Amino acid sequence: MNQLEIHNLAKFYGTKKVLKDISFTVRDGEFVSILGPSGSGKSTLFQMIGGITKPSSGTIYLNGKNINGKRGHISYTPQSASLLPWRTVLENVVLGQEIAGKKDLEKARKMIKRAGLEGFEEAYPHELSGGMKQRVSFIRSMMSPQSLILLDEPFSALDEFTRLDMQQWLLSIWEEHKKSILFVTHNIEEALFLSDRIIVFSSSPTTIKQEFSLPFPRPRDRKILLTDEFLHWKRKIYQSLSGDESEQLSK
Amino acid sequence: MNVVLKGWRPILVLILLIIAWEISCRLCNIPGWLLPAPTEIVQEMVSGWSNYNGHLLATIKLIIIGFLIGSSVGIFIAVCLHLVPFLRQAFYPILIISQNIPIIVLAPLLVIWFGFGMLPKIIVITLVCFFPITVSLLDGFRQTDRDLLHYMQMAGATKRQIFWKLEWPYALPSLFSGLKISATYSVMGAVISEWLGASKGIGVYMTLASSSFRTDRVFVAIMVIIILSLLFFLFILFLEKRIIRWKPGEEGNAYESA
Repeated sequence: MNQLEIHNLAKFYGTKKVLKDISFTVRDGEFVSILGPSGSGKSTLFQMIGGITKPSSGTIYLNGKNINGKRGHISYTPQSASLLPWRTVLENVVLGQEIAGKKDLEKARKMIKRAGLEGFEEAYPHELSGGMKQRVSFIRSMMSPQSLILLDEPFSALDEFTRLDMQQWLLSIWEEHKKSILFVTHNIEEALFLSDRIIVFSSSPTTIKQEFSLPFPRPRDRKILLTDEFLHWKRKIYQSLSGDESEQLSK
Repeated sequence: MNVVLKGWRPILVLILLIIAWEISCRLCNIPGWLLPAPTEIVQEMVSGWSNYNGHLLATIKLIIIGFLIGSSVGIFIAVCLHLVPFLRQAFYPILIISQNIPIIVLAPLLVIWFGFGMLPKIIVITLVCFFPITVSLLDGFRQTDRDLLHYMQMAGATKRQIFWKLEWPYALPSLFSGLKISATYSVMGAVISEWLGASKGIGVYMTLASSSFRTDRVFVAIMVIIILSLLFFLFILFLEKRIIRWKPGEEGNAYESA
C-alpha cells in the first residue's frame, strides 16, 4: 500500500525552477531516504509535503487523499532538535499529541524510558546534549498521531560517534513502531544503513536522478557497514551522485 | 553577594565622588541653598520623613496604577499588531514616529481636556510606558524560531495554538526587557505628571521645595525618585527570574561535517 504518493511535483519561485518532475512513493511502514547535495530544494519539498508551501504543479497524496496545501498530516523533525526551551523533556514529547488534541503522559514516560532517557523527564532542553535533544525530538514525532514522519538531516550536527549510535538507536525504535519515514541526508553511508529505498536527487533544479531498493535485511546490524555488498552499494550510489555535485558531498 | 563582590569598582567611584562633593562643599563654604553637602541631604531625608511620606505614598500609588494600565495597553497593542498583519503595516510606522513627540508637550493639552485629577496623570504614564513594551514584545514575536514554527504548522497547529504554545512564551524574555525599561519610565512619568498640578506627590514636594529654595529637599526628592526607580526595576527583575526559569538563548551544537 502506498502511503505517500507524489506525482509530477514542481515548484517555481518567479521564473526560477526549484523542483521539477518529482514523483515517488513511500509505502506504509517504509524507510525511504532522499540523498542529495545540500541546498537541492529538499526543504522546499518538505514544506510542500507539510502543507506550508503550495506546489506550482503536481499533486501530493497521503493514503489516497490529496493533501496539497493541507497541514497536520505529517510529523516533521527539523534539522535542529527544535524543542521548546521552556518545556521539560516530558512536556516536549507530548507536544505533537497536544496539538492534535489528546495527550498520553503514561505512554510518553514509557517511550522516554525506552529511548534511554529515563531520569530526564523533568529536565529542560538546555541541560541535554545534542544527541539527547535529537532523541527527544524523534520520540516526539513517534508519539505524534501522524503516521508519516519527515526527518530533515537530523544527525548532521552530531559528531561521527554519536551519529553512529543515533542511527542504530533510531532503527531500534523505528522497528518497534513501524511508522513510515522520509529521511533527508547528504551522507551516503547513513542512507544505506538506514533505508529500504534511496532516492538520489540532483540539484538546480532538483530532479530525481535515480532510485535504489536496498537488499539488506532487518533488523540491521552495524556490521554490515564493512561487508563487500555494502561497499558495492556505496560505490554504486556514489557513481550515481558523482559528476558535478560530488565535491559538495560531505563524504 | 556576587554582585557586591564584582561591583566594588563602580561603588568605589561613587563613594569617592560623594566624598569629593562633601569636602568641596565644606572647604569652599558653598551655601546650602546653592548646593547642600551630602550629609545635609541625608539628614533632611531622615528627619524630614514625616514631611514627604504622604507625598511618597501618593506617588507610589500613581506609579503602580499607571504602570499596570500602561503595560496592559502595551501588551494589548503588541498582540493586536502581531495577530493582524494589516494593523501592523498601518500602525507600526505611526507608532514609531509618534515617539518623537515629547510627552511633556502633550501634558498641557491633557490638563485642558481632563483637568487635574487622576486621569491625565495616568494617560501620561501610559503614554511613556506602552511604547517600550509594544516594541520589544513585537520584536520577540517576530524572532520566533523558524524551525519551531514550521514544526508546529506542519503538525497542524491552529493560529491560536501557535500563539499560546510558541510565540507568547518565546516573546516573554523580550516582554520583560520592555517591562524593565517601562518600570523606570513610569516613575519619571509619574513625577512629570505631578508637576502639571496635583495636591500630593513627590513631584509636588519637589516644586514646593524648589520655589522656597530648600535645595536639600530637592535633592531628597531626587534621591527618593532614584530609589523608587531602582526598587521598581529590581521588582521586575525578580518577577522575570521567577517566571522565566529556562535559559534563554540556548543554542544547539555547532555544525560539524563528518
